[in-house]
Amino acid sequence: MSSPETLAPPVAAPAGGSRRLTIARAMAEAIGQAMERDPAVIVMGEDIARLGGVFGTTTGLLDRFGPERVRDTPISETAFIGAAVGLAGAGFKPVVELMFVDFFGVCMDAIYNLAAKQCYFSGGQVTCPMVLMTSVGGGYGDAGQHSQCLYATFGHLPGLKVVIPSNAADAKGLMLAAIRDPNPVIFMYHKALQGMGWLGTVKRSIVDVPAGDHVIPLDRARVVRAGRDLTIVSLGVGVHHALDAAEELAAEGIAAEVIDLIAIAPLDRATVRASVGRTGRLLVVDDDYLSYGVGAEVIASVCEDAGVALRARPRRIAHPDIPVPFTPVMEHHVLPDAGKVLAAARTIMTEKNA
Amino acid sequence: MSGVANNRGSNSDRLWMYATMVKSRHFEALIKPAYFEGKSPVFNMAKGPLPGEMHLSDGQEPCAVGVCAHLGIADTVTATHRPHHIAIAKGVDLDAMAAEIFGKASGLSGGRGGHMHLFDAAVNFACSGIIAQGLGPAVGAALAAKLRGEPHVAVAFLGEGAANQGAFHEALNLAAVWRVPAVFVIEDNAYGISVAKRDCTAVASNATRAAAYAMPGHHVPGNDPDAVHAVAGEAIARARRGEGPSLIEIETIRLEGHFMGDAEGYRPDGEVARLREADPIPRYRASLLADGVSAATLDTAESEARAAVESAFARARAAAYPLPEEAFAHVFA
Repeated sequence: MSSPETLAPPVAAPAGGSRRLTIARAMAEAIGQAMERDPAVIVMGEDIARLGGVFGTTTGLLDRFGPERVRDTPISETAFIGAAVGLAGAGFKPVVELMFVDFFGVCMDAIYNLAAKQCYFSGGQVTCPMVLMTSVGGGYGDAGQHSQCLYATFGHLPGLKVVIPSNAADAKGLMLAAIRDPNPVIFMYHKALQGMGWLGTVKRSIVDVPAGDHVIPLDRARVVRAGRDLTIVSLGVGVHHALDAAEELAAEGIAAEVIDLIAIAPLDRATVRASVGRTGRLLVVDDDYLSYGVGAEVIASVCEDAGVALRARPRRIAHPDIPVPFTPVMEHHVLPDAGKVLAAARTIMTEKNA
Repeated sequence: MSGVANNRGSNSDRLWMYATMVKSRHFEALIKPAYFEGKSPVFNMAKGPLPGEMHLSDGQEPCAVGVCAHLGIADTVTATHRPHHIAIAKGVDLDAMAAEIFGKASGLSGGRGGHMHLFDAAVNFACSGIIAQGLGPAVGAALAAKLRGEPHVAVAFLGEGAANQGAFHEALNLAAVWRVPAVFVIEDNAYGISVAKRDCTAVASNATRAAAYAMPGHHVPGNDPDAVHAVAGEAIARARRGEGPSLIEIETIRLEGHFMGDAEGYRPDGEVARLREADPIPRYRASLLADGVSAATLDTAESEARAAVESAFARARAAAYPLPEEAFAHVFA
């Protein structure tokens, strides 16, 4: 069938060259560059100063910017995320870290009732320019309180922008864009892509990153591999599962198009619809819980569009509706992977009609 | 207005406190009949010009005026689900506040927030309807002042029930660790909706909890504006000097129910009558008269305060509702 084509990452002409970085390094670099440029940017969170972030998101910032602007907090997410809302309302641009997204249970009011509604309840008088960066995902045996994704939980709530990079260049571009955005942005980074030495990392996430200023939109999905037979939509680590599966499918003569959502709020429905309009087949892959999830939203968005003619029933792969189990034989049984994507894609391709 | 060294504020502060208490009380007085329009004979919270919950502040005015007498526009206040007296004392635009509560386009947020979510950026006032959740933002606002080297403070008001929320303890600890210019003011009206403080709080006085966070804890009995003024002046001046946060617990009274329509069956017999006798406004008027302020001066201040409220309500009632589709504006900046 068609010859698969892997699209180059949409990196603008690199100013000052580029280097291969992990997502962790790219995030820290972006935050540091934002802090150099704008004294209103400050960083707060647990273990983000001396330690540089458990997941390396703030490495080196304390030495460069000092303890007034790089603040280790008590283990008090409600207080310091609430304080970030107050700082943002007072003209600062706080970047705060919620170490694991699983910890949102102890501080969600500050996120969805304060940060997300400050602009609305003030009729636009008071904005909330803050970034909440938080690690997501499992696959390394950390069990159900440290392995969740919760994309849909955050994507469901109005007033929040939600992004998740699948590679280091996007991580830098999204972080710089998020810090400049006048709204609260939830910046989710996937532990399987983070590039920490002690945590396995998908090598494809380590890419050339522009050294200079680099911003990408907070509301645009991207076709990362072109193909005419089937559209596979994913985000974060799922993009890599999809790309791995697409290579296998190519060997079988099936040209899969892979879309990296990059953002789930707002969701770039147009890019997905355009792709499925070409392929007529849709598979959504995400590692959040299945029900009411990203897959459901993407599939509904396509089905609602009368202009998209489907040639097979859309399918979704996600984590089933159970807590993330600890023992690896169970966890890998339920987590999406390239093999599951491949199997679902083959099923879709063998269906004759929607 | 500056803090004072003696136990009693300046005459101008005292007259301002009196007039502001009267203004707040009159605001609530005009809400009451408006709230029940369309809600009788059958009470339906959704009906009438003031739908939704309504939490009145009658009786708690001394807390607001005694604290806010020390605050300027650049100081931040975060308030609670019962915010009117505090908003008025902080100088929130009265017309826009009334219009907001009536859900009108000229309201503070154009009708998106309503009575529990009043924001006035011009005077750095905000409130949240979720218990104890104004404390984190106040710590942030105080940190902003500290980072900028400005002498401003942030004051978070909360009820005594909020002192049992985790957010209270997290925020006090964070404020103390970072030594920010924040003051936490507990309006202890003895009830969290229906549950009495004594039935749900392990300490007799929440002021003692300040010791857990190495900050001064002040207990202010008597619901007296002058006593609040003296203690708040000390705490706010301390914060402005960069010496860190304080906790103030004010014994106050809630003359109305938790919300309008509350049958108040949880109150012991005779309590409402006793509270009415303890109404702080007539007592404060008598105190001012005894100190030589003329009745004519007080009468003039009262008239002006009432006139401002009446004008605000008349404008709010006459104002236009927003277009329904305006609901979609301001979700994002």
